[in-house]
Amino acid sequence: MKALVQSSAPPERRVPGDLAMWCFILAELAVFGVFFLVYAVFRWREPALFAAGQRSLDLTLPTLNTLFLLAGSAAMLAAVSRFAEGRQPAGRRALALTMLCGGGFLALKLYELVGKFARGITLSTNDFWMFYLSLTVFHFLHVVLGMVIVAAVWRLARDGRYTPDAMDGVETAAAYWHMVDLVWLVLFALVYVAR
Amino acid sequence: MSNATVASLPASATAAASQVRYRSQAVAKPYFIAAIGLFIGQIVFGLIIGLQYVVGDFLFPVVTFSTARMVHTNLLIVWLLFGFMGAGYYLIPEETERELHSPKLAIITFWVFLVAGALTILGYLGLPYNVLAHLTGNDLLPTMGRGYLEQPLITKVGIVLVALSFLYNLSMTLLAGRKTSISIVMLLGLWGLAIFFLFSFVNPNNLVLDKYFWWWVVHLWVEGVWELIMGAMLAFVLVKVTGVDREIIEKWLYLIIAMTLITGIVGTGHHYFWIGTPAYWQVWGSIFSALEPIPFFMMTMFAFNMVKRRRREHPNQAATLWALGTGVMSFLGAGVWGFLGTLSVVNYYTHGTQVTASHGHMAFYGAYAMVVLTMISYTMPLLRGREANSPQAQKVEKLAFWVMTLSIVAITLCLTAAGATQVLLQRLSDTPLSFMETQDRIMPIYWARWVCGISFFCGLVLYVISFFVTGKREE
Repeated sequence: MKALVQSSAPPERRVPGDLAMWCFILAELAVFGVFFLVYAVFRWREPALFAAGQRSLDLTLPTLNTLFLLAGSAAMLAAVSRFAEGRQPAGRRALALTMLCGGGFLALKLYELVGKFARGITLSTNDFWMFYLSLTVFHFLHVVLGMVIVAAVWRLARDGRYTPDAMDGVETAAAYWHMVDLVWLVLFALVYVAR
Repeated sequence: MSNATVASLPASATAAASQVRYRSQAVAKPYFIAAIGLFIGQIVFGLIIGLQYVVGDFLFPVVTFSTARMVHTNLLIVWLLFGFMGAGYYLIPEETERELHSPKLAIITFWVFLVAGALTILGYLGLPYNVLAHLTGNDLLPTMGRGYLEQPLITKVGIVLVALSFLYNLSMTLLAGRKTSISIVMLLGLWGLAIFFLFSFVNPNNLVLDKYFWWWVVHLWVEGVWELIMGAMLAFVLVKVTGVDREIIEKWLYLIIAMTLITGIVGTGHHYFWIGTPAYWQVWGSIFSALEPIPFFMMTMFAFNMVKRRRREHPNQAATLWALGTGVMSFLGAGVWGFLGTLSVVNYYTHGTQVTASHGHMAFYGAYAMVVLTMISYTMPLLRGREANSPQAQKVEKLAFWVMTLSIVAITLCLTAAGATQVLLQRLSDTPLSFMETQDRIMPIYWARWVCGISFFCGLVLYVISFFVTGKREE
């Protein structure tokens, strides 16, 4: 009976990671949210210009980049699971894999942006390219920050501090990384795919 | 600290030593006293220009509007700088748990800064501006004639030297002592303040570029690095008066700083709408500055949350009131009133009207004047040898808080009404009035604003009186 009561008890409700990070994530989402909203207004006002701009975008690299970020998120999920199981070396390897995926994203994105600059595209070319560059570069900077956070956790994890009872650091990094991933999915859909 | 440096401290310092943890913290006292003195001067000149709005030839030609306005704004900056420096000299030794690197240097810096500041103000008042410019070497490197940066070249160089001496003193103290988030953020803000001031020496012939870099001083001060200083000062006082765990307070501090920098740096763009910069600033400036209220809102949440979770009842309730007031008023003044004119589509109509002045008044008071007064309120009793002032003195101080704060709210509302009238009559109307015709219609509002200014001054007088109320102290 006791076991039955225990098993039917609702799981403990808690916010994974540091609450402060969730406040920060909300604020970050607000920044991107407003940016997407303004993008939508401009796109609605200049549909032909935005359609032409989007047609000139090649989807191969951004699709690969999407896969990189999704793989990075999967690796991050694996890292959280491994640390929760007390398998620290495996957890660190998963974090390294996350960074590798992030590095792949940054390299491809950099290649894509350099290509645009080489074509003479700047923030002043037209409204579409202004949004394209603003949003992608702003997101690029967030991936860099995400990698810094993951790298910090990877480094700190060397001394075995992240145990199943002390997961805050890993969960906090995971929350931020997933936010960066989520924003990319919306950005990819709005800027590259939705035509 | 050597005997020589102790001997250089003010006479009252040793008497107060029982309440300050490090004797060299006493150097903060003259800075705070000077700050309050200059604050009074700023308000007196505010009243003069407020009256000149309605009685155009008041004091003409002895003190013209442009001169009095310059003195009003320059005194504001200088007294806040004195406040920040006093706060730095008090806060850093306490946080680093060691005496100041050189109290003697801090006292020398104080006198140099005070004398240079006084001479500059006398120069403004006693000489035609072009003569002052000629006499002080503006021909060699023209830097004068721009709002807030009107100081003669030699004063600007003096400010840099004073800042360097101050930062050297604090940085050496920090390097040798305990490093806390509060002290690091405070120093980061103060270094930022000094570095961005260097752009006051950049004065390109191209007017667009001139304005572009001018904002690197003005905007990146008040909506950038000064917010770090403010956050650190507020966090310091909250740690002291609430007894809440330092870890929690520092976490909030980091969060506030991150949001300040994310929104504030690109938010500079709200000044680039109409000065000749590329069009993308319309979007960047609008989006990022629309989010600038977030860190200020966090500051409000921070102050109230910490006071709610307090683990002790500090006898200095006046300081707690100032801290909470800073949280609320900075959000209203810098956040809400800042947002009023920050979107480019709205700013197109409100630019250069009294709407901007309304934001300026409430933001400067709510964020920076109040945080300095918070720091003074917490530290001055300690510097004078007691944990807190007597209940009677605190009662007067709290009354001063309410009179000044409600007066600034009233001034802000008057200026907002004046600005809205300008927008309606001068810019939105099908039959727009001229600037001066519009001003005539606003006269009653300007009178009301001036009366509120007198009320503010009364609050300030009460504040000064509170320092002299003895009363019976609670043991």
